[in-house]
Amino acid sequence: MNALVDSLTRRGDDLLEALAETGYMLAVSLAAAIVLGLPLGMLVYLTRRGGVAENRALWWVGNLFINVVRSFPFLLLVVFLVPVTRLVYGTTFGTPAATFSLCFVAVAIYARLVEQILREISPGIPRVARTMGATVPQTVVRFLLPEAVPGLVYALTSATISLLSYSTVLGVVGGGGVGDFALRYGYQEYDYPLMYFTIAVILVVVLVIQSTGHRLSVRLDHR
Amino acid sequence: MPTPDLPVSLTGVDVTYPDGTRALADVGLQVRDGEIFGVIGESGAGKSTLLGLLTGELSASTGSVAVLGDDPARLTSSGLRALRRRIGVVFQGVHLLANRTVRENVAVQLAVGTPRPSRSVRAEHRRRVEEVLGFVGLDGRQDAYPAQLSGGQRQRVGIARALVSRPRLLLCDEPTSSLDATTTDGVLELLREARDRFGTTVVVVTHDLDVVRRICDRVALFESGALRDVLTVGPSARHEQGSYLDRARRELGS
Repeated sequence: MNALVDSLTRRGDDLLEALAETGYMLAVSLAAAIVLGLPLGMLVYLTRRGGVAENRALWWVGNLFINVVRSFPFLLLVVFLVPVTRLVYGTTFGTPAATFSLCFVAVAIYARLVEQILREISPGIPRVARTMGATVPQTVVRFLLPEAVPGLVYALTSATISLLSYSTVLGVVGGGGVGDFALRYGYQEYDYPLMYFTIAVILVVVLVIQSTGHRLSVRLDHR
Repeated sequence: MPTPDLPVSLTGVDVTYPDGTRALADVGLQVRDGEIFGVIGESGAGKSTLLGLLTGELSASTGSVAVLGDDPARLTSSGLRALRRRIGVVFQGVHLLANRTVRENVAVQLAVGTPRPSRSVRAEHRRRVEEVLGFVGLDGRQDAYPAQLSGGQRQRVGIARALVSRPRLLLCDEPTSSLDATTTDGVLELLREARDRFGTTVVVVTHDLDVVRRICDRVALFESGALRDVLTVGPSARHEQGSYLDRARRELGS
């Protein structure tokens, strides 16, 4: 216990900084998930065979992107994207640059979750929209999204937790964050109490995210 | 020739599916303004295909279809949307939006028809939604969610949604098949009132002879994709055994 108090006195500021880095990575990648992943998931749902706006070419491209990004082992994706990251950021090092590859994963994961949620909507709903004379944008905004909102919120929770897990790898490209902190100051310096404490912190964060997402989703769900 | 001023007019209509199934064969029928027109037959008789033709989800392989004066199959996609906005459809499963209130579920029909409503149009829409909810007997339930309603109340919301844009033609697909007898009474009464008050032409697709007997003026009998008979529904209601169509002719014919 004393050892932990000692370590925390020494590393407390670093831990807070690491938490802030993780917060940054999650915030940016979640923004990417909502701004790009949600439309991508919607696109794949709409353009699928028998979908609201069937389009084989668009479906194929969107689906391929999601599959490729999701099947990459994350560490290899980070390395693979190094040249692109350099092009965009001028560097491959540091939290913002490391977040770039996390955004790819965020978009792909969330897009797939969004598609799955939309597929669970009864086919009667898009049929009602069609026979009412709704355009595709009207179908999306007035029918599909309202039906899907609780699921979309809950899926964002799952995505956040996955991204938190992915973000711990980003230490290899100088991304920092709590995962990197636990490895660097805990594991590599044999300070196991500090490592376990950090893991406990991550656990608490996950639990808070999970229960917040769950509660919000339940509140929005009127089924 | 189709008669364009009738709500529905079909002449020599064939529908063959891509797999070769002939779903409708040489069907000709006219639905008159302001009547309640039944379409009955067992499953596979072609009822759903007929409904698909009227909503423009299917097109005829040969023959001509006129719905409110337009052939859905010949319209551009925006023309088809415009036609669909002039038709109300009541579905067997209702399909309400679970996370929207009764009021919002009805209002969506008007929102689809008027993408950018002015302030006065919005006020008019709100008034119409309240009015139609009163008409279907859902006063006081405007803020409820579909899950809080009974099956009969949900179907009333479905009817309100279909009627709120004051369509000249109302298409009903098995509107009472998931309802019990008492609830069915109320829903049928409502369809009749819709016709009496607004002059709406109603087409009811059903397998239930009782529905036809209770509200229809005329009925088309379908069997294996063919229109076997169009009868004027009379008051006689004898209960004898026989085939489905025999019974239909006997029980519904005048």
